[in-house]
Amino acid sequence: MRRLLGLLLFLGTLASAGGVLRLATTTSVYDSGLLDAILPGFERETGLHVQVIAVGTGQALKIAGRGDADAVLVHAPALEAEFLRRGLGVRHRCVAKNRFLIVGPEADPAGVRGARGALDAFRRIYARGALFVSRGDDSGTHKKERALWQAAGLVPDGRPWYLESGSGMGATLTLASEKGAYTLTDLGTFLYMRDKVRLLALFDRDDPRMLNQYGYMEVNKKRFPWVNAAGARALGDYLLRPEVQNMIGDYQKARFGRSLFTPLFGRCAVPVKP
Amino acid sequence: MSEVIEITLRSLLVSGLATLLAALFAVPLGLYLGLKGSGRAGRAAIYAGMALPPVVAGLFFYFLFSRSGPLGALGLLYTLPAMVLAEALLAFPLIAGFTLAGAAERAPRVRTLVRALGGTERQVLPTLLVESRRVVVAALAAGFGAAISEVGAATIVGGDIRHATRVLTTAVVLETRRGNLEAAAALGAVLLGVALLVNAFLVMLEARR
Repeated sequence: MRRLLGLLLFLGTLASAGGVLRLATTTSVYDSGLLDAILPGFERETGLHVQVIAVGTGQALKIAGRGDADAVLVHAPALEAEFLRRGLGVRHRCVAKNRFLIVGPEADPAGVRGARGALDAFRRIYARGALFVSRGDDSGTHKKERALWQAAGLVPDGRPWYLESGSGMGATLTLASEKGAYTLTDLGTFLYMRDKVRLLALFDRDDPRMLNQYGYMEVNKKRFPWVNAAGARALGDYLLRPEVQNMIGDYQKARFGRSLFTPLFGRCAVPVKP
Repeated sequence: MSEVIEITLRSLLVSGLATLLAALFAVPLGLYLGLKGSGRAGRAAIYAGMALPPVVAGLFFYFLFSRSGPLGALGLLYTLPAMVLAEALLAFPLIAGFTLAGAAERAPRVRTLVRALGGTERQVLPTLLVESRRVVVAALAAGFGAAISEVGAATIVGGDIRHATRVLTTAVVLETRRGNLEAAAALGAVLLGVALLVNAFLVMLEARR
């Protein structure tokens, strides 16, 4: 029993031996394996152990907003601005971007392929009453989807064809694939899941409305005195380093024939102002 | 492969300690209530506890251990000790309930026997424990099964942090989310295998007495 307790304490403190940095982030950057590829370099350099908590953007900001994480890497500019405005986070930096896609069954009953823009695509799905799966979980992708419906002047709630999965992007893609439905997805997760689902990228264009931007913020030490502010700042500096930015841009590029993430070198494509 | 072993050991450690911790309180309580015979309110409360959703248990400890919560200063959120506590809370009603049900049935017979052999009332409880060992083993198996198989509390309190709090169930969720359904299923098989080994051990322990 004592030995077990000792082992427990050992396993528990193992991580904190060289200091711990907790990063609350979105499943789209974690599940693609990107963080596992770029964080070891930072850990070697600083001796810090980065603990990644991968949840939806909404939940990541909630966790950080209680001081339970030292930094966040998320993708919902409006929520990020609010996080800064409320004094919960500091030093927002734009790390990378990619785009949102509308994916759906090959038959494309709503004719999304022929859409003039993202809003037109959503209008076509609405007009046709084609099955659409929403994340419904306050994630960055869900926020984007709601914003698109709103911009199109449509209210899909309560329609029989509008399904809310309440789960992550991977699970939502699987659900859409099984149901032959449309859904909105980030590029990274879709490329990663492409071979595992029967869905095609039907709207995959350089529409400013479909921009998906990932921002990094440090949790405000003035609000939460216990956070590892030095570590959070160091990780932000590391992520923005040119060689790390290039690493992000090249991640799995060979495998998919295109970048999962496009580095922003700190220059935001969508301004995030408190 | 070594990561699977690491995760499996962590699963065993967390659910094993949680079962022991819960049993420390749940077995005596179950025996005591079984012996008393009455105490319907306590029994109802324990049985109702079996319906506690793991996610709710997780949320309870999340708010308790969050840095902004009442015990935030301990820094226990997203650590193994917090997971052990959450799993123990889930195992507790199962262990207490099973023990209680089995002990209540044996209590009158054991009491008569102890008295007939010239024993005192105080010796009834230890004798009841020995006589109910099969029931206690079943109770431990139920508690351990609940602890090692649940994912809701483990995710909320542990955070599924690689090399720190990732256990078999949270790893299954991660692989499912990543679309690696075969890997997820394989991890599920590992979990069942571990449960089989642990329960075989428990049954052997029971048979040796």
